[in-house]
Order: sequence, then structure tokens, then C-alpha cells
Amino acid sequence: MHSNQDNLLELQDVTTTFFTKQGEVRAVDGVSFSVGKGEVVGLVGESGCGKSVTSLSIMRLVPQPAGKIVSGRILFKNEDLMEKTAEEMRQLRGDRISMILQDPMVAMNQLLTVGKQLGEPYKFHDKVRGSLREMCIRLLEKVKVPAPESRVDDYPFQFSGGMSQRALIAMGIANNPDLLIADEPTTALDVTIAAQVLKLMKEIQRETDASIILITHDLATVAQICTRVIVMYAGRIVETAPIKIFYKNPAHPYSVGLIRSVPVLGQPVDRLFSISGQPPSLFAMPKGCRFAPRCNKAEKKCFKHYPPETWLDENHSVACWLYPGD
Amino acid sequence: MQGYIVKRILIAAFTVFTVLTVVFFVFRLGPADPVMVMLPPNATPQDAENLTKKFGLDKPLMVQYGNYLKNAFRGDFGSSFRFDEPALRVLLMRFPATLKLGLVTFILSVTVGLSIGLISAVKPDSIIDRIGRLFALAGMSLPSFWVGIMLILFFGVTLRWLPIAGRGTPLHYIMPAFCMSLYPIALITRLSRSSMLDALKSDYVVMARIKGVPEFYVILVHAFKNASIPVITVIFGIFGALMVGSAVVVEYIFSWPGIGRLVMESFFARDYPVVQVFVIVVTCMVVTLNLIVDIIYAYIDPRIRYQ
Repeated sequence: MHSNQDNLLELQDVTTTFFTKQGEVRAVDGVSFSVGKGEVVGLVGESGCGKSVTSLSIMRLVPQPAGKIVSGRILFKNEDLMEKTAEEMRQLRGDRISMILQDPMVAMNQLLTVGKQLGEPYKFHDKVRGSLREMCIRLLEKVKVPAPESRVDDYPFQFSGGMSQRALIAMGIANNPDLLIADEPTTALDVTIAAQVLKLMKEIQRETDASIILITHDLATVAQICTRVIVMYAGRIVETAPIKIFYKNPAHPYSVGLIRSVPVLGQPVDRLFSISGQPPSLFAMPKGCRFAPRCNKAEKKCFKHYPPETWLDENHSVACWLYPGD
Repeated sequence: MQGYIVKRILIAAFTVFTVLTVVFFVFRLGPADPVMVMLPPNATPQDAENLTKKFGLDKPLMVQYGNYLKNAFRGDFGSSFRFDEPALRVLLMRFPATLKLGLVTFILSVTVGLSIGLISAVKPDSIIDRIGRLFALAGMSLPSFWVGIMLILFFGVTLRWLPIAGRGTPLHYIMPAFCMSLYPIALITRLSRSSMLDALKSDYVVMARIKGVPEFYVILVHAFKNASIPVITVIFGIFGALMVGSAVVVEYIFSWPGIGRLVMESFFARDYPVVQVFVIVVTCMVVTLNLIVDIIYAYIDPRIRYQ
């Protein structure tokens, strides 16, 4: 995927490092990808692979003071977010760029009413027209919380998990953002509620034509709403592919392993497949390909040098020595 | 909410009653016969018997206990042996001095402790944080009697800047108040710093920033409201108890005419009714402060209010 005027968001070689007492950790290491207008992209990977830090980097909300975006450019509507002042970023956040966190129970302030928290994106972006309470009720209605007129005055602990997640989504979409990052929005929910929440997100996307980055480790979720998949491993992107190609023809051995680990309904197996080994420690990254120690196709070269990004076709790229560049 | 408050008040009343009972029995378990303490050495056995009868000490213990409770509810806790006046009145006469010193200490501790704690949490590892941490460590570990003596030595005797004893002018407050607030400042600084750090790391703070909430609002409304709950416990709850403990020492060192010094004097003079009423009044103070804390909790945290 090459630089494109139609891209809403484009990350160029973004590296985010945490400076800890134990040493430097590159949670995100030279990540580049782009998101088109109205596109729904899935960012997939194991826990700790840098998905969440990538999204926090886009928001410029990497935990301080340990974390820092040390290099790269983050272009949003062709403007570099790295050059924005704190106040300019604040104005973008919750207005043009928004995010939904994964655990609604801890992402909501338990001491403020749901309505008060819903109203904040309006209040702090000068978007209040008429009654703020009325606007919050409309918002709850939009995400299908029952009895919004009375629910708006409730406290988060009076909401169920599914309702809290809906309220959280409502906060994210209040100002119809151009980009919505959803960080595992269904992880904390049970399967039926998760399906409802995904359906809701799909509807909202269609209505507002927002671009969505869906961060997840659940391939089933990706299959349901994404058009493209970005696979991250140990802080780097290993494969980018349109959803259909990804499922039919995954290129990177890691992606192949991920897809093979999903059990198929009706197909009896003795033992579920899993990728052997553990992701590398962030403090001791392998010199070559980071997946090499777990890869069954690894060769000598893989342990020595990190593979460059290779384009298999216009939309499908992979970083693996199995696919030599042109 | 009303049910909650009524419940708290009942619990508070029960606590006071329990302390009244414990105080009654503890003072009667002691080996010293109060009559012997009160009488001059050359008194006859007849004198002792008369006095025993006068105080009702010849009656069975349970009857004495009943009378004690009855009198207690009327505010009658017996007379001071030393002053021949109701013990409660003796104590209350000395109370304003302690209360004034206490209020100065309270305001000093809360403003200094909270400000250092909050600034340290918002800007960890800054100069204020480092100095604050050092000061908190010192405040926690230096005993107030030693600090008091050193203050007197330095500012009172050597430099002659501040009066070393008594009260009267605002200058008189500086040393005792500083001495008394050292520990509470340290405690409040540490606690507000750590609970604020926790709150600032939480997801709801990240979420507020995601919504584009301005930083001062994030800190004061989202983070501080959550961080304030443990801090309030310390400020009010432990404060009452702390105050009394250090008031006894500090008032003694600086000859401050409050209840702390009174209780020390009464103790050495075996003026038990005054000591007894001191324990009871202090209990009531601590219980009341805790009741206030409980009500503030309910006001801040809806989960308590809606129980």
C-alpha cells in the first residue's frame, strides 16, 4: 500500500519505546500502515504484540512518562499528528479521532453519572446545541440502551456489561469521528452480547462512514466486520491482506498458524492446534525475524536478518524470507 | 441515603456506649482504691468509709454501673479530685486551646499535604516530588517530642525568634502547629500521591483524555474524585485519634494550656475522673469524625449511597 491521497490515516515507520528501569522496550517498532476513508481494518495479534500501544500512539496518549513515540510520522488527513501541540491534539480527540477501550467496567468513571460522561465529548468541543441532557439521551438511543431518559441519570455500576460497552461506544461516536479505534470492544463481554455490540458497530459504521481500526486477538470478530487485516507480531507488522485473501491464502507462517488455531465447527479434532513456544521477551528481541524461533519453516537467514516487506500483490504484503522481493 | 445515615448514627451511638462501659470497668479493675488516693495520709478508717459511701462505692458493681450510665447521659462524670469541680467542666475549660491549635494544624496539614501529594502525582520525579518524598519520609520517622525540643532549642533559645511556651499571639502557634502537623502532612502527602498516581493510570482517565477532556478537568474531576476517598479517611478519621495522641506530647513540651497537657497533669495527680472524661470526650470526637467521613463517602461514591 503506497502513499495515497485518499488515506484518512497513514503511519510511517512509527516506533514507540518505553524507557523502564529494566531497559528500553520497543513496544511498536517501525510500524507503517494506512487506513482508507470508511475502511474497517482489523489489527490482529497476541497480547503484548503492540496493538494497543499502536492505537495509543495514534491518539498520542502513550502512558507517560515512560512511553515515548521516538520516531515516525502519523498522518491524519495528511497532517502530521506528531507536530500538533497538546491542545490541538485534545481538540482532535473525541471529535475527529476517537477510541473505545476494552473493559467498560473500568473505562467508565464510577463516581460520575453515565450522562455526565456521555456529555463530555460535546461539552469540551463546543458542540452543545440545546439541552446537553437531551443530546445524551439521543446518544444512548442510538446505541440502543433501553429507557435512555431514565438511564442517562444512572451511575455506571447500575449498567450491565453489555450496556456499559454500548455507553462507551456512544461516547466514542458522539461527534461522528472520522476515525474510530476500537480496542477489543467485545473481549469483556459474553458471546451473545459481543455479537450484538459488533452488529451495532457495523450499523454505526455504515451510517457515519467512519473508518474503524478494530484491535482484537479474535479472528472471528475480524471476519465479521473487517475488510482488511493487519497482523502484528512482537511490535512489527508481519502481514497485511484483504480479509478474503487472508483467510484463503495467508502468507506469513504466523498468520497460517493463527488461522489454523481456530477450530472449525463440525470438524472433529483430537487436539486443538496451537503455535508452539512463546512470543519473545520485549527485553530480548531476536536479531532476525522475531517469529523465527517458533517458525517451522525458519532457515539460517531468518535468525540473522529481519525480512523486508514484500508486496505479493497490490493489497497484500508480508515480511518473511519465504517471499523474496522483486 | 437516609437509611444509610441512620444506620451509621446507630453504629456510632453503640460505639460510644461500648467505650463508656469499657472505661467504667477498666478504671475499677485498677489496683488503686480511689478513696485512698483522695484522702490525706493521716485519715481515719471512718473517713474512708464515709467517702466510700458518698461516692456510692459500697454498692454492688452492677448498681454502680447503672448509676454511672445514668449520670453519664446527664453529662455528669463525677468531680475532679484536684479542682473540686465537675470533671467535664474542667476538661471543657481547657478544650478551646486544644481546638484552636488543632484547627491550625488541620488546615496546615491538609493544604500542604494535599498540594505536595497532588503535584507529585501529576509530575512524578519532578523536584517537588523528590523534596516532597524526602519531607514525607522525615515526617513519618521523626518523633514529635524530639522535633519539638529541637525547634525550641533552635528557634526559641538560640535564635530567639519564636516564643517557646504558652499561647497568646499568632507567633505562639508556629512551633507547636508545625510540630503537630509534621506527621499528618507526611501521611496525607504519601497517601494522596499514591492514590492519585493510581487514579491517573486508570482506564477512565485514559477514556476521559480520549474524549478530549482538558487536562485540568481530567485531574481535578476524574482522577481526584476517585483518589479522594482514601485521603478523606485519613484526613478526618485518623486525624481525630492522631491529634489527641500528639496533642498530649506537643502541649506538654510547649506548655500549651489544652486538654493534652491537662490529661498528663491529671494522670500524675491520679485525678481519675478527669482522665476518664478525657477518654470519653476523645472517643466522642473520633466517632463523630468517622460519622462525618461515612457521610462524605456516601456523597462522593454513588455505590455507597445506593446500597
